[in-house]
Amino acid sequence: MNTNVLGVINLIHESDEMESLTAGRCTASVPFGSRYRLIDFVLSGMVNSGITKVAVFAHTKFRSLMDHLGSGKHWDLNHRQGGLFVLPPVTDDINEVRRGDLFHFFQNRDYFTRSSLDYVVITRSHMVCNIDFEPVLAQHKASGADITVVCKHQTELFGGMARKVEVDGKGRVTAMQDHYGRMQSNLVSMEMYIMRKDLLLELVETSLAQGQDHLVRHAIMTRLDELHVQSYIYSGYLGIVNTISSYYQNNMQLLRPDVYRSLFFEPGALYTKVKDEPPARYAEGAMTSNSLIANGCVIEGTVVNSILFRGVHVRKGAVIRNSIVMQNGIIGENSRIDHVILDKDVRIVQERDIRGTALSPFLAVKRKVI
Amino acid sequence: MGRKEMIAMLLAGGEGKRLGVLTKDLAKPAVHYGGKYRIIDFTLSNCAHSGIDTVGVLTQYQPLVLNGYLGIGSPWGLDRRDGGMSILPPFMKQKGSMWYKGTANAIYQNMGFIDRFDPEYVLIISGDHIYKMDYDHMLQEHKRSGADVTISGIQVDYKEAKRFGIMHIDDDKRITSFEEKPKIPTSNLASMGIYIFSWPVLQQYLIRDEASRLSGNDFGKDIIPAMLQDGVSLHAYLFEGYWKDVGTIESLWEANMDLLTDRPALNLNDRDWRIYSVNPNRPGHFVAPNAVLSNSLVTEGCMVEGTVHRSVLFYGVQAGADSVIEQSVIMPNVRIGQGARIYKAIIGEGAIIADGITIGHPDNGSITVIGSDEYVTRNQTLLEVKQP
Repeated sequence: MNTNVLGVINLIHESDEMESLTAGRCTASVPFGSRYRLIDFVLSGMVNSGITKVAVFAHTKFRSLMDHLGSGKHWDLNHRQGGLFVLPPVTDDINEVRRGDLFHFFQNRDYFTRSSLDYVVITRSHMVCNIDFEPVLAQHKASGADITVVCKHQTELFGGMARKVEVDGKGRVTAMQDHYGRMQSNLVSMEMYIMRKDLLLELVETSLAQGQDHLVRHAIMTRLDELHVQSYIYSGYLGIVNTISSYYQNNMQLLRPDVYRSLFFEPGALYTKVKDEPPARYAEGAMTSNSLIANGCVIEGTVVNSILFRGVHVRKGAVIRNSIVMQNGIIGENSRIDHVILDKDVRIVQERDIRGTALSPFLAVKRKVI
Repeated sequence: MGRKEMIAMLLAGGEGKRLGVLTKDLAKPAVHYGGKYRIIDFTLSNCAHSGIDTVGVLTQYQPLVLNGYLGIGSPWGLDRRDGGMSILPPFMKQKGSMWYKGTANAIYQNMGFIDRFDPEYVLIISGDHIYKMDYDHMLQEHKRSGADVTISGIQVDYKEAKRFGIMHIDDDKRITSFEEKPKIPTSNLASMGIYIFSWPVLQQYLIRDEASRLSGNDFGKDIIPAMLQDGVSLHAYLFEGYWKDVGTIESLWEANMDLLTDRPALNLNDRDWRIYSVNPNRPGHFVAPNAVLSNSLVTEGCMVEGTVHRSVLFYGVQAGADSVIEQSVIMPNVRIGQGARIYKAIIGEGAIIADGITIGHPDNGSITVIGSDEYVTRNQTLLEVKQP
């Protein structure tokens, strides 16, 4: 069933502390988990929840994101009506690109006003999870809250940055703080907000009129007294990926079978751009253990505790440990890598030895030859 | 509708009797192969890479799975405004309805479809074979030779030759004789069942063939011999490369094993000739700490905790701890229990093999086949389970 909810994936001023991984791409299109881009998780969640109209508020470095999303057909979002909308900044003045999300929502207000749907869910792209928004909407309606924010009890953030949330005995949000605040709370915001579309448009207009242009920091955090902001507790797997450390550690979490099963299969499937790679091929003498391997890989060497994206070639005698190798990487004969993140199309020639550490993995930029 | 130079008619109604339980509920072109494909993916991908944008797919036997799989042809780039993929089942006419009596009759009954595109040439292919071929290259040769018909041929073993249509050719590759499934083959040039016809010539022969009460309405048995007899010019296009008819359990198993060599004759990793298929949307496969994998193909969505050697695992296969899979083909979503042993077997889609069960023999016996959705426990098949 199609739900009465408009989807918004808000990439405006997304946190961006992933060094060279986001040098040429936005956070939303950072490759993650052997074959996905970060945006696939929340986008698949929306689709699986019956949301059929989704706007991606693109902001900067979105070339690879556009390439990834295409017409939206891989997410079943190429509809006669609705479907996927990628909305880049609308402005003549380059300085206005830097303004907050409310400004950009205002510039694209036609997207909201033209739709007959009553609710809107606004998310970001860096929350790795498998979420069903239907129960969130149901709770939102039942509670009578103005805004429902999806939260999770999580103490170990693996270096990710998140907003802390405090709630009262009934789950009403009483305080929120940016990630650098000192609030002692194990409740973190997943930056997913459901509200009536009318309320969003009202917040956009009144906030902008008061010289404020950030949805969460201004429109919501300063109005916790007047607005009823309710928490919804998500209990599935959550990885907050917005720093190199959290990128590495959350990838490694996928090697836990319980995480693999819950993130990738429950409650819905995850969709991504199809590449038509053949199955992975293991040659005679290949050794693989505790790893996540995508299609198109050819493994002639050894792979331990690692994540290989599509089309990676591990040549004879090569040893990969504790590493993440993105699409089309080549590890030359007898080369060894340990605690390394290789961006797309990196080639390690033969007989190399490259090591990082768990806290500071070695990071190779896209297309580098080592 | 604009005129098309060449359209393809893909015969996909094959029953695949000799594949036994594997074709109980689906047509042969829909049989799984190579870890993530169905056999028909190869011909459809060939069409896509050869620039053919109009394909009629003729279905008859058990079409449900195939129809669902093909959809509107999007995975092969065949969801087009003009042309694209059309599924052509037998249909009712004013004078009653008729099944497709033979390969030629199937095309005869769809002459109206072909005429809508007013093509110069018609490519006839079947969805039963695994190979990569550029049909445009074949068309160029057809045009250069000036022939009315071009038949693609491949050298086969003399031992195998009696299974095919066998041709003799002269120095200019003109076909001088054609015999369908000869008892004593005098040549080893086999027809691959891939024909390019100049459409007006084919149309004339289809009408004549239909009028003949004695005809079996088959390309190899009737149409081609009639053309040869009349002196129509037939040309052979010689194909070199991997080509496999997976008509039997043995050949299906072999074709899967062919992919496991160091440099497979059929290269699935060719970036310039990808084989397109419907994507099952699964994450990368998970290899557990104690798993051992060698000489195998493993597809996304698998969870491997046991030992896999010389085998093909389709998507979503779960192989439990201490299980052993050797020389086997494990179709999608099969669950293999802890400590189970599978030797030289083909396990059908969705089957469940209980803990500790042994299937087949480690000392290379014949191939064991377990049907789809079967539940194997204590060395016997007790009941069928349905996929969720």
